[in-house]
Amino acid sequence: METLTRMNSASHNANRSSLVGRLARSLVSLVGILLTAGFSAASQSQDNPIPNIFETHSTPADAIRHLSFFVLIVTGAIFLVVFSLLTYIVVKYGNRESGDGREPPQVYGSTQIELAWTVIPVLIVVVLFLATARVIHAIQDAPKPATAVDVIAIGHQFWWEFRYPALGIVTANELHIPVSGPAHPTPTFLKLLSADTDHSFWVPQLAGKTDLIPNRVNEMWLDPHVTGIFLGQCAQYCGTQHAKMLLQVFVESPDAFQAWASAQKASDTQTSFTQVAATHGENEISGKRIFETTACVNCHTVAGTPATGRFGPDLTHLMSRRTIAAGAAKNTADNLRLWIENPGAIKPGSLMPAMQLSKTDLDALVRYLETLR
Amino acid sequence: MSSDALTIQTAKAVDRPWLETVHEWVITVDHKRLGILYILFALLFLVIGGLEATIMRIQLMRPHLNFVSPQVFNRMFTMHGTTMIFFVAMPILFGFANYFVPIMVGARDMAFPRLNAFSFWLTAFGGFLLYFSFLGGFGLYGAGNAPDVGWWAYAPLTARAFSPGHSSDYWTISLLVSGLGSIGTAINIIATILCLRCPGMKLSRMPLFAWMNMVMSGMVLIAITPLSAAQIMLLVDRYLGGHFFDTQAGGSATIWMHFFWIFGHPEVYILIIPCFAFVSEIVPVFSRKPIFGYPVMVGATVCIAFVSMSVWAHHMFTIGMNSYGNSFFALTTMVVGVPTGIKIFNWLGTMWGGKIIFKTPMLFCIAFLFQFLIAGLTGVMLGVAPFNWQLSGSYFVVAHFHYVIVGGILFAVFAAFYYWYPKITGRMLNESLGKLHFWLFLIGFHLTFDIMHIPGILGMPRRIYTYEPGRGWDIWNLLCTIGTFLQGIAVLIFVANLIISYFKGPKAGNDPWDAWTLEWLVSSPPPDYNFATIPTVASRRPLWDRKHPEDPDNLYE
Repeated sequence: METLTRMNSASHNANRSSLVGRLARSLVSLVGILLTAGFSAASQSQDNPIPNIFETHSTPADAIRHLSFFVLIVTGAIFLVVFSLLTYIVVKYGNRESGDGREPPQVYGSTQIELAWTVIPVLIVVVLFLATARVIHAIQDAPKPATAVDVIAIGHQFWWEFRYPALGIVTANELHIPVSGPAHPTPTFLKLLSADTDHSFWVPQLAGKTDLIPNRVNEMWLDPHVTGIFLGQCAQYCGTQHAKMLLQVFVESPDAFQAWASAQKASDTQTSFTQVAATHGENEISGKRIFETTACVNCHTVAGTPATGRFGPDLTHLMSRRTIAAGAAKNTADNLRLWIENPGAIKPGSLMPAMQLSKTDLDALVRYLETLR
Repeated sequence: MSSDALTIQTAKAVDRPWLETVHEWVITVDHKRLGILYILFALLFLVIGGLEATIMRIQLMRPHLNFVSPQVFNRMFTMHGTTMIFFVAMPILFGFANYFVPIMVGARDMAFPRLNAFSFWLTAFGGFLLYFSFLGGFGLYGAGNAPDVGWWAYAPLTARAFSPGHSSDYWTISLLVSGLGSIGTAINIIATILCLRCPGMKLSRMPLFAWMNMVMSGMVLIAITPLSAAQIMLLVDRYLGGHFFDTQAGGSATIWMHFFWIFGHPEVYILIIPCFAFVSEIVPVFSRKPIFGYPVMVGATVCIAFVSMSVWAHHMFTIGMNSYGNSFFALTTMVVGVPTGIKIFNWLGTMWGGKIIFKTPMLFCIAFLFQFLIAGLTGVMLGVAPFNWQLSGSYFVVAHFHYVIVGGILFAVFAAFYYWYPKITGRMLNESLGKLHFWLFLIGFHLTFDIMHIPGILGMPRRIYTYEPGRGWDIWNLLCTIGTFLQGIAVLIFVANLIISYFKGPKAGNDPWDAWTLEWLVSSPPPDYNFATIPTVASRRPLWDRKHPEDPDNLYE
């Protein structure tokens, strides 16, 4: 009889605590949803316009989210207790009428009470720390599967260089990675470097941020579970145009990723003048000549041509990208033209110089750039 | 009481030329006058720093605004941070410490009055040098540019390659100079407390105000040196061919971060501990009870001083330390929250069972308790390293530290103003204006800084001069900006109150609040020499003993 009661009460307790846990988690999720309620309409589609740290789609970000719910519950409970105490005290002991003008009882302290309110916080710290250490190790010391995609991200003032060493791809600003399912995990492991100052790679829905620090190699990983576009931007002040060092991560199905990779690997078949002449017109040829005989080649690379500069983004497949200037402008002919003629109109303080070209030269150059698919 | 308050009459020189008065203030070594100079200096820079913040908030009100250029915006956040920490918070706290530590321990002045004056003028010079950069600092973009590298001045952004000209040198040198001033005042406070206490005032009978300023001063002596060292190394890099932080030549960007944050984290405790001092003096008086748990309050403060030296890399969770490093700093960060947090319980314990009087100083203290609680809890969240990987470098962190600095430090400073202004000037501040200031500032503060957590959660990084529309950040930024204006108006009301009350406020008398520490023994304002006869004390509340001779404190402490 006794054992039965005890077992019953044990399971009763278990049910109660998980109910509280579930309720608390729902409350926090509700708050998270409310925060983005007005803006979530579009997030059903491929685009994830709001980089919400609580709307995660990748294991490191998920792990952080779960831990943060636990932390929010603990700190929320502490807040409720102390706030209630404060309110009670202010209401009960405020402006108390006392005709005789005597002071209230002068209490100097209480060892038991002070011991209690020291020990309990210490215990809370122990619990929080254990939960935290667990997630730190889970994320930072995660083993790298053989099927992982390797990317080297190099931070520049004010753009991102992405190199896929195994695939022989070099691109900029828009990171394409395959979706990673539990059956066939293909996480992306990034090595983070910097060419100049400190930067930080932050795509909230996919992972916490990790800095890109010159003369240092950092590492991070992502394994997005759904396809779509995820937004982020540089999160460590790196100079004048830190605000416009935007990130777009294109998570694609394995087939789509393969297709993208093949297109990127394909060296530009139209590298020589004869090849360009075969498929395009005077303008494009003229533009190619301008590109290869002015300062453009000092900073930019177009694979298979004399342009091998590394200071600025690789332009071999420029037209495969949706934006230019690290997301500061859409990749259109007009914007390309404006960017070359007067980069300060789009991104004042960026390191792209205004190229001082004549109108005809500029037109021709843009025509040429548009052939760089 | 009247015999102790006997003041020796000095001849009032009513018809003195104003220049002579100015001269007197410039050459003064009197701790009270230097205290006032520190406070006035800080108030001036508070208004300037507030303007810089307002400019930024207007720029961020809507996405893609063009109120200021990115170059100006970047100078604004650099100058705002540097100004508020080094030329508002530090001086104002040193000002109150300068004025009241000697009187509260029953001394006639600080231990080294001329060092005191020198320290003030070093700080003042540093402030004006920093602002001279707007006129004289040939920077990245032509003549006359203030530093734009952020108040942490991370390497290698400060290298000649990325910050040509002299704008970042103004940052370096002005802080190097004012840092020396801080060290001088810290030495003075410690020496005064250790050597000049009046008879009967054992260390265990000192007001908490004195204890906390002594602990703060010890921290200043330890924490400022790494910053000064790093600044000298930076100057060596920039001008003498050094490569400490020059990553292009094998130097280390992260070593700057370590040097800076070994200073930077204790620095924020240096800022908050004197505010704990204010609250620990004001809450008991307006609850009509002694502070609850004096020994633990002292012990916890000393504990914070030591533990806070071990948490610095929680500002560096994202730089790629390994899991053991991150775990260590997460642990120490959580540990330091314990002695800090239990102080809130001690203040609540003081108020419990008391008779709480809702005058303006107490209103600011109650708000402080509420806000410091929240700030501490968001601090715990930030100490959880993986959560920090999302939240750091975002507006969540900006909201957190403004919650501490504005919601904690500035509210406590306002409380201190309303409480001690009568002692310093001899007149009461207007209570209605005070309450108006309080409520307006409270609403503005919460509108701005409660809301500011949200864009951080939605992925908005900090130190950006504009942001993309459609990321869900727009409405929150607009609301934050509106709160800024409310706070600005409240501060203007406060400044008006300071000025009007100086001329028209009702006379305060020695002890308008019926308080218990030694400064309320003497006249308002105190005479030059503080005490006609140095008092002898027998407990922590010497004036309680005098007012209640049948029930002295020393029987119960």
